[in-house]
Amino acid sequence: MQKLQDIAVMVEPKDDVPLNHLNATPILHEILHALQRLATQGEPTTIDLRAIPFGPGDEDALLNQLGMGEVKIELDTLGKSTIWETAFSGVWIIDHQNAESERIALQIEVAHIPAIIKAQTEDVTESLQLLDNQLNPNRTETTGLREE
Amino acid sequence: MADDMKRFTQTLGESLRERGVSRRGFLKFCTATASMMALPPTMVPAIAAALEKARRPSVIWLSFQECTGCTESITRSHSPSVENLIFDHISLDYHHTLQVAAGDAAEAAREAAMHENEGKYIVVVDGSIPLDNPGFSTIAGISNLQMLEETVAGAAAVVAVGSCAAFGGLPHADPNPTGAVSVSDIVHDKPIVNVSGCPPIPTVITGVLAHFLTFGSLPELDALGRPMVFFGQSIHDRCYRRPFYDKGLFAETFDDEGARKGWCLYRLGCKGPMTYNACATTKWNQGTSWPVESGHGCLGCSEPDFWDAGGFYNALSIPDSDIIRRAGVVAAAGVALGAAAGALNRSTRAKAAASHEKVTIDDLDKTS
Repeated sequence: MQKLQDIAVMVEPKDDVPLNHLNATPILHEILHALQRLATQGEPTTIDLRAIPFGPGDEDALLNQLGMGEVKIELDTLGKSTIWETAFSGVWIIDHQNAESERIALQIEVAHIPAIIKAQTEDVTESLQLLDNQLNPNRTETTGLREE
Repeated sequence: MADDMKRFTQTLGESLRERGVSRRGFLKFCTATASMMALPPTMVPAIAAALEKARRPSVIWLSFQECTGCTESITRSHSPSVENLIFDHISLDYHHTLQVAAGDAAEAAREAAMHENEGKYIVVVDGSIPLDNPGFSTIAGISNLQMLEETVAGAAAVVAVGSCAAFGGLPHADPNPTGAVSVSDIVHDKPIVNVSGCPPIPTVITGVLAHFLTFGSLPELDALGRPMVFFGQSIHDRCYRRPFYDKGLFAETFDDEGARKGWCLYRLGCKGPMTYNACATTKWNQGTSWPVESGHGCLGCSEPDFWDAGGFYNALSIPDSDIIRRAGVVAAAGVALGAAAGALNRSTRAKAAASHEKVTIDDLDKTS
């Protein structure tokens, strides 16, 4: 079945009217303040762009102004997530999609590294056990590695 | 049977991990859930901790005098990875439009769910309840009133989905031929959440259910019993066209220069100033657009008696010059002006409701 996003619809700006309602500007100021907090206090900030009343063109204007930096990460769990650092170091765009490639969240994270990239403590503990089991398949006793 | 019991006793965290969802995936799920519930991203760790332990609640969905638009809205929502995961984790034990069983078998499923989950289940209602004659709307020979009263008796909470269940909606419109009333007109001893809208935004419906699943409680409500996170601000105050309103730039017809440039639709009958809903941010069709972005004013469908608030294209809205004079503020005081416009519109709407203006073909063809 054809999905909504497969239907080719493009809004064309009339005459010289740009598709930008200037609603990106307050977000850029919010990012500026968040960067100040990160630089001086190390405090990260996340901005949920789904909660922002953007008009046509506003999101593109914001993302264009932030630009593309030197890091791009793809996460593949419950659908694809694309994470990239903008031209402003410490300002990351996180675009979460579901298994049908539909966006389920779009966030700006102002941080040294996005929280979702870090390995989760529980996963690290389970990995340790898993690798140990692979290296020592005949061992019957627990390794005690969890306590180490 | 054993699998059913396991699903019932598993927490959401256990259920997701059994399906191979990593903790990173779980964090992503919680991020999307927080966004869906309109909660700040700082709440994600708390949501993750709560969802990790959340257990599967039973939901009984009752449909009364309605058009099935509310069910269409939620079943056609296009974010399966998140909402389906939530719905997989909610035991939807009765929904006579969706379920395979019918008649006595369906009613037996409802009664079994009520008995097995006494005091814990959620009742979702769409549609209004006719009081003039019980025969106006029945299911399996049971009147809507009787079914509602006996089903909510053992419920933990009631979610009135859609403007019909929340406020009476279209069946309640003048002259209200069936004596239609809302859920809150009948149920007085249970917590009720009104998720109004015609239809409601699907993510708002799932957001309320997700809130209950996550925190085991209902979200904070406004004076009309609607969740504040979605209905706390007016369409007008969250509208991306608001800056044009503040500058006094209005579309006068649907095809003039102002309309093409995306100016404010206030003078074309937009009910945004008196309407509280999340359309301006959540949008529709997977965030694609919403009525104002499509060039049409808000109809005010999440407000009580919106059908009787005058024609959708009639000048319910008061010209800005009148507002400035009557409210005694200048255009620069944007938010205050919006609030004043809302108050004045509520007053105007009451007058329109009293005179019950009808929408005519001329209204629809209105070009000036």
